[in-house]
Amino acid sequence: MRLSRAEYKDIVRATEQLRPTRQCMKILKDRFPNHSQSTLLSIFSLEYQKRTKRTISRHHAADVVESHYQRYLNEAKARPAAPVLLEMANEVDLSPALMGRLILDRFLQDVSGEMHSKAVLNSMLKEPSLIPDQVLANNIYQCTINDCCYGPLVDCIKHAIGQEHEVLLRDKLKERNLSFLDENKLRTMGYDKTPDIILEVPIAVEGHIVHWIESKASFGDDYSHRTYLNEQFWSYWNRFGPGLVIYWYGFIGELDCQRDRGILLKDCFPTDIVTLCHTSHQQSPEKEDND
Amino acid sequence: ILRCKRGNRFVSFLLNFLREQSSPALAHGTPAKTPNRPRPAAQTGGLSERRACRSAGSATTSRSSSRVQLFSPSSSVSPGAESDAAGQLSGVSAFSSPSFSTTWNPASRPSGSDRRHGQRVSLGDFMTSPPDMQPSPFQSQKSRKKNMALGAQGRGGRGSQHSDEMGFWDTGSKKPGRGGGHSRSREQLSPPSTLNFNNLEDFPPVGSSPISISKPSRRINPTPVSAERPRSKPKTCFTSTPFTKLSSPPMGAEVLDGSMRVGSPLSLQEERELLKREKSKRAQQPAASSPCLSSLEPCTPPKTGVLGGAKVTPELQTLCPERSKVTFTPELDLLAELYCACISENLVPNIFLELFFVMQLLTSMSPPSNDAEEQESFSTTNSVHNCVYFAVTVLENQFQLVAHLDKGALRLLAENERVASFSPALRDLLIQAQGKSSAKLSPSVSTFIHSVPFQPDTDNRSNFGNDKAFHTFKKQRDVFYEALREWEDLHNEPGWNFDASLGGRIRGMMNQLTSAGNHSHFARLFLKQLVQMCKGPRMSGAPGEPPDADLLEMLGADGLGRLKRLEERLIQPHGIVGPCPPPSFPGHQEFFRDFIQTASCCQLNQHLQDSLCQQLLQLDEVSILSPSASIKEEDEDGDMEQQDEKQRFSSVLLLARLLAKFLGFISFLPYQTSERPSREIQEASVALVPVLDVCAVLDNSVRRRRTILTVPWLVEFLSMLDFVGPLLLCYRTLFMCRRLQLRRCADVCYLNKLLLVSVLGWLFHDCIPLVDQQLLYFCCPFLSEFRKLLAAFVSGSTAKSGGIIRKITPTSAELKDTPIANRSQQKLQGELEQAFFHNQPPSLRRTVEFVAERVGSNSVKHMKATLVSELMDRGEKILRDKLKSLNFNTSKLNESICALLCDAGLEALERKPELEKCFFCCAVLIRREWKIRFDRVMKALGSPDSVNVSGAEVDPIAQDRPVGPKKKPGSERAMICPPGCDHSAALPSDVLIEMKELLSIAVGPRTEAELPAGSQIKALLHRARDTLACRKVRRRRRRNCNVFFF
Repeated sequence: MRLSRAEYKDIVRATEQLRPTRQCMKILKDRFPNHSQSTLLSIFSLEYQKRTKRTISRHHAADVVESHYQRYLNEAKARPAAPVLLEMANEVDLSPALMGRLILDRFLQDVSGEMHSKAVLNSMLKEPSLIPDQVLANNIYQCTINDCCYGPLVDCIKHAIGQEHEVLLRDKLKERNLSFLDENKLRTMGYDKTPDIILEVPIAVEGHIVHWIESKASFGDDYSHRTYLNEQFWSYWNRFGPGLVIYWYGFIGELDCQRDRGILLKDCFPTDIVTLCHTSHQQSPEKEDND
Repeated sequence: ILRCKRGNRFVSFLLNFLREQSSPALAHGTPAKTPNRPRPAAQTGGLSERRACRSAGSATTSRSSSRVQLFSPSSSVSPGAESDAAGQLSGVSAFSSPSFSTTWNPASRPSGSDRRHGQRVSLGDFMTSPPDMQPSPFQSQKSRKKNMALGAQGRGGRGSQHSDEMGFWDTGSKKPGRGGGHSRSREQLSPPSTLNFNNLEDFPPVGSSPISISKPSRRINPTPVSAERPRSKPKTCFTSTPFTKLSSPPMGAEVLDGSMRVGSPLSLQEERELLKREKSKRAQQPAASSPCLSSLEPCTPPKTGVLGGAKVTPELQTLCPERSKVTFTPELDLLAELYCACISENLVPNIFLELFFVMQLLTSMSPPSNDAEEQESFSTTNSVHNCVYFAVTVLENQFQLVAHLDKGALRLLAENERVASFSPALRDLLIQAQGKSSAKLSPSVSTFIHSVPFQPDTDNRSNFGNDKAFHTFKKQRDVFYEALREWEDLHNEPGWNFDASLGGRIRGMMNQLTSAGNHSHFARLFLKQLVQMCKGPRMSGAPGEPPDADLLEMLGADGLGRLKRLEERLIQPHGIVGPCPPPSFPGHQEFFRDFIQTASCCQLNQHLQDSLCQQLLQLDEVSILSPSASIKEEDEDGDMEQQDEKQRFSSVLLLARLLAKFLGFISFLPYQTSERPSREIQEASVALVPVLDVCAVLDNSVRRRRTILTVPWLVEFLSMLDFVGPLLLCYRTLFMCRRLQLRRCADVCYLNKLLLVSVLGWLFHDCIPLVDQQLLYFCCPFLSEFRKLLAAFVSGSTAKSGGIIRKITPTSAELKDTPIANRSQQKLQGELEQAFFHNQPPSLRRTVEFVAERVGSNSVKHMKATLVSELMDRGEKILRDKLKSLNFNTSKLNESICALLCDAGLEALERKPELEKCFFCCAVLIRREWKIRFDRVMKALGSPDSVNVSGAEVDPIAQDRPVGPKKKPGSERAMICPPGCDHSAALPSDVLIEMKELLSIAVGPRTEAELPAGSQIKALLHRARDTLACRKVRRRRRRNCNVFFF
């Protein structure tokens, strides 16, 4: 969905006070019934990540961690069945999954000294039943499962969505009988930068030549688009010429301003495709073979 | 006789003589006398380009002076040079003088940003410039009178001229100087008994002083060229230099020795004073440059309006040259004959300069009427009548040369009333020639800019020594393009500075390249990008201005190109630079030049240099036309192969010229200095061998008779020379070659010769033809100067009657969805094809062309042998039957049978769907075969109608489009789904999201209402099972899902 900057800003404003929980997502959905849930979630998620980047450091200070941990210990003791950690996270406006991580990290320090590995931590986040403390395990699980922006589950879903859209893109290309090389193929050929798709024969989308296609299963906002431009899209242009970016969950319409310089934005697989065809050219009988 | 050494001296004397004689006439405000005028917009651009080709702060005085020096003879003589004293003063305008014998005055050169500013002269500038800055030719007539008086007192006194601000534009103001100069000139002309050509004081080299006597030319060199000039006599010296001696083609080293001398012996103090005044003048008028320009542009639309007829002096109108008033006719005829012989034999330094001079004569405006002093002298060409007579005679004689000018110039010449009245025959010839001329002035502008494609063969990891080098280069490529994009966006902004904006990044990049040892990779990228962006002829048309998207959509790239040209015409009306502009780096070339300068990386430069050199030598070996083909070169519609060959040649030539220019730039870069190097340094550098063995290349080329390719690029290479350059052996060799070349040209086709002559002419004070007119004009854009000069004349002489000068054909902008849809589809197809091949190695194109050609020709052969041959037999039977029975109109019969056969053929094809695409081809084939058959039958029957009956013959130049190799649709690995799977299972992410939702409810916190029913859970589990079973939707990373199922 192509949003105007104004529409986008409305949504962003509405997310400002929200917490990354399913309850909050419902509020957002009710507020913007005309936008798809995935678009809303994607925008919220991007905004929430920005918010987290701004504030995370203050939660990482040793004394803050300690005070969170002590508070958790106290409250969990008092109310072992209550979602203590989740409430705490929402109260201090920290992502529940990140709060869970923080507390688990601190907990492991007590259990196994300084020496616990990141891998152990991560596996416990993915699999809370591995956590030796039952109450903590429940709390951690509540945090990761309720967080819609962070956590192993969200990572997993995001990854799946990305994959699905790449598959979708490939299917659409096959449907149109367009020949292409995908990322894996390109990598084996030794390309230094690899868009999701390189068309072996370029096409024209809405009158613009397209050599490559990048699929983005997220919303294209200013920040992420700028980052992608610098790290990916221009690099693709520099190597393969003009191309197409599909933001499956929509983008800010105003960002689609580089069409003439070779970067075209769409929010779905394009329909206006012109392929190199030969019917319009006739064979000249002049070049007759005489040998 | 003319060719012997004495002959050379004679030639120079002749040229000087002509200029001297005609200077009075030329000095008088011919509106066409544009070359004298400073042309700030375009010109400044050129200048600073030129300057910019040197290191930022350095002056190019060196080159300009050396260029001048060598050729100063002819050039310095040219009237324009003398006439515009003040113009030269500015340093900027100096280049505009046709003499090109200008001193480049570094101090007065505009800074980069100024220049950009200056270039952006808009129409509005013309309109708003203060009236007093817009003297029209008519005004100048007026002021001339005024100044004549002034001049009487102030004769030769620079002061008076300088004090008159307008004097600079006002041709009339030069008069005073000329008057005085004249007498002086005579003194000067009789050389001192102890004539020493090597004495710089006696012969200030730079054309600063031409004979000209007639007007003081103020060459100013703010930095003293040499501290002591014992014999310098400022007042005379700077106005007049004995030109004759130097003018003899500088074959000897003596002349070269003196070559470095620039500027006149004007006292430094005075020079500073002048500069200061000039500077303040400019400061007061920020847009001064444009008004100046416009002042001499009677043709800019607003101007015509403003001037009205009010200021036209009666004088002007009465001064129509008349054939009957020509005096000294026999002398003039003789002169013209001699002069033409010099041109034909190419004894003049630059034939186009001479042609330009002749045109100036033709368009000169007013005679020095009633100037007693002038009249007294034996002046063959100093009346406008005589000037025009002489010019027309020369043009008649040199018609072969003239006929090769572009259409516009020819039209203007043919329409010139003077030509018509002096020689109707010439006019008729010109009108005829117009039809044949194919030279175009502005080639189409390509707006399509590509990056250099990544080719795994040369660019992947295996081409790098280690991972670090590979990844560094990955980043460098992106930094490079980032800089390029930024430059495109911003370089025209006022105040933008290349070094300040990009210098840091570029130097950082160089450091990284050095540490990774990646220079060769980068050099390759750099050069490929350079070729891609700059190879096309003047692709640069509008550097860095990405076309407006809407406009582009409305007009298409084609229309946009036209629009650009229109814009150019309006913005830089008739900027006449004269036929010898300084070398420049137009368009994107500027970026590459600045990049090299800013990077200032010796390793990179070495890699670039080596690569350029190698590529050039390879290009130089490219096989060109077989001798037989080249003879037919004038035959415009030579067969296809010949056209292809021509195209190939011109592409090789353009590429070689571009590469050579950059090779020259890089090679001579280390020696660029603003000051003339000390003698020791000079001597040392002369001993060095330049990167390219010019002599050997040239020698080889002459032997193999390939100078047509070699010389033009050598010229580009050498045009980048430094101070010491002209002292190098190679430079002199090429100079010799020029002579040599032209002598053996007899057997080369005329246009080839013309190109060589003109590039050489350009270099040595101073263009190329396998060459058609178009290529000639691409390589020698300065040839368009003739047209401009003539147009300026027309505008000047018709402005009074409100004549419209510019023929601008209105282009209508159609909205995008209008009927152009079809055309744009075609355009799009073209772009797609281009885009496809762009990212493929060149071998693919060759293969595709080969396959397409074979398939095409075999199909045709097949079709001919089967279907067509059958049809022909049928047709012949019908024909014979009809002919037997009745006395038919054979031509009608022919057509009807042909139509019948075509129909039958097409019908047959319809039954074979695989041949669907051959309809058109088949029709053509049938027609052609039928014509042959028909003719044969008729001939056999002895009918006179056999020939040419079938005028309907179509010879389509249909190009066969290669049928790209069809790629089998991506055959991915087989997907094994359970039997009967319709791949309609839910997407994993959907299932995951649902599960997460469910789990989060299960884990709590939750409300009672949220609790799912058992059936819901069951349904979800079913969906999960289906999703897991269907391989198509599930694909990879199944393990990620495990997290849900602990």
